[in-house]
Amino acid sequence: MSLSGRDIISVRDFSRSEIETVMEAAGRMLADAPHDLLSGRLMASLFFEPSTRTRLSFETAMHRLGGRVVSVSGSEGTSLLKGESLSDTISVVAGYCDCIVLRHPVEGASRLAADLVGIPIINAGDGAHEHPTQTFLDLFTIFNACRTLDGLQIGFLGDLKYGRTVHSLAHAMMSFKSRLRFVAPPSLQLPDDLAGELQEGGVEFDRTTSVEEVLPELDILYCTRIQKERFGDEAEYTRMKGIYHIDAKLLQRTRVKPSLRIMHPLPRVDELNPDVDQTEHALYIQQAHNGVPTRMALLGLVLGGI
Amino acid sequence: MAAEKMRKREVSAIKDGTVIDHIDGKATFKVAALLKADSREHTVLVGANLSSRKIGRKGIIKIENTELTPDEVNRIALAAPDATLSIIKDYAVVMKRRIELPDVIEGIVKCFNPSCVSNHEKIQTRFIVVGRDPIRLRCYHCDRYETGDEIIL
Ligand SMILES: [Zn+2]
Repeated sequence: MSLSGRDIISVRDFSRSEIETVMEAAGRMLADAPHDLLSGRLMASLFFEPSTRTRLSFETAMHRLGGRVVSVSGSEGTSLLKGESLSDTISVVAGYCDCIVLRHPVEGASRLAADLVGIPIINAGDGAHEHPTQTFLDLFTIFNACRTLDGLQIGFLGDLKYGRTVHSLAHAMMSFKSRLRFVAPPSLQLPDDLAGELQEGGVEFDRTTSVEEVLPELDILYCTRIQKERFGDEAEYTRMKGIYHIDAKLLQRTRVKPSLRIMHPLPRVDELNPDVDQTEHALYIQQAHNGVPTRMALLGLVLGGI
Repeated sequence: MAAEKMRKREVSAIKDGTVIDHIDGKATFKVAALLKADSREHTVLVGANLSSRKIGRKGIIKIENTELTPDEVNRIALAAPDATLSIIKDYAVVMKRRIELPDVIEGIVKCFNPSCVSNHEKIQTRFIVVGRDPIRLRCYHCDRYETGDEIIL
């Protein structure tokens, strides 16, 4: 299946077989990357707000495939944000390069950009909306660890109300037949809108407050951090941030499967004890590393190299 | 039948133009405002709070010598989804249909998400109609849902 010329705005736009195409390509990139696949191709990375990790990961991916990069970031990016309309910037830059990686604080910015120009637009985060390459790397991390995205039990833990990563990943799992378990205090549970969509999509899922109850059944536990800026009240945040705490002792006590793998988009706060790092369950460092092969796969696919 | 004739007379007949009937009772003046009833070229007759066997209380709006644009029809469809539209020529109804929402609405609805790109760049808004009863729209740009009264015209 060819994804040549495609924009990557939201994982919603990708069918099951297209997601599988990305998974297989990422697997090949992880094993043995073709170093001159994109030689002669130019990627522009336009970061209108800072996100050092994401930008480094994209630029590394492009360089590893033999491509070149021009970029706008830091104060240059933020001043561009004030200076001219996004539409004008995108239209001009599209004439310089073969694809644009766009990070912008406004929701839907990438969708707008993709409608304006013919070259592929890759959304590297548009406000609270989507960050599809993060979702693809999460999917790939599960796929690479479990060799499938079907028939799994995947737990989501922490801030499920505001967590964009969780929403996008849960939405993407609608294409697959796995059971999703959402663990959060009631005030941070998965929004009803999304739960309704999952239900309509025939996804098997439940919402609970007890992590002990679901842990023994899980193949994947996806932890997220509870963010301070979501709370107006300091006391409420202090109460919530420590509500779940995954450590080696808990994993032992609840008799988790030996094959359980724990993911976390990092950085972590209190929810995941560093003593888990030493166990076979830790997958989050690999998850962070998977950003580069996943983005290599996406760049290779949309720029037509593979 | 007699009652029907009585009601017709509550708002004078027009010779040529458009009649919007079966407007949800509470939406009559909203529709009138959407059609800019008080600043149009031709006469507009508005009947409000009329009794209707089908919907309890209804409104009716008659506009002389005018056919509505598709844009205007879409506006009405959002405010009064059960309304009907009749074209009148020489006092006779030459066409009557229910107003229907298209699958995609462009340029009429405002996205209530202040962080949406449609509120930052000079572009047309675009909404996908995902539900019709009640009306539920999804913003093409930011994917936020708007339902019923949340919809800003
Ligand atoms: Zn919007």
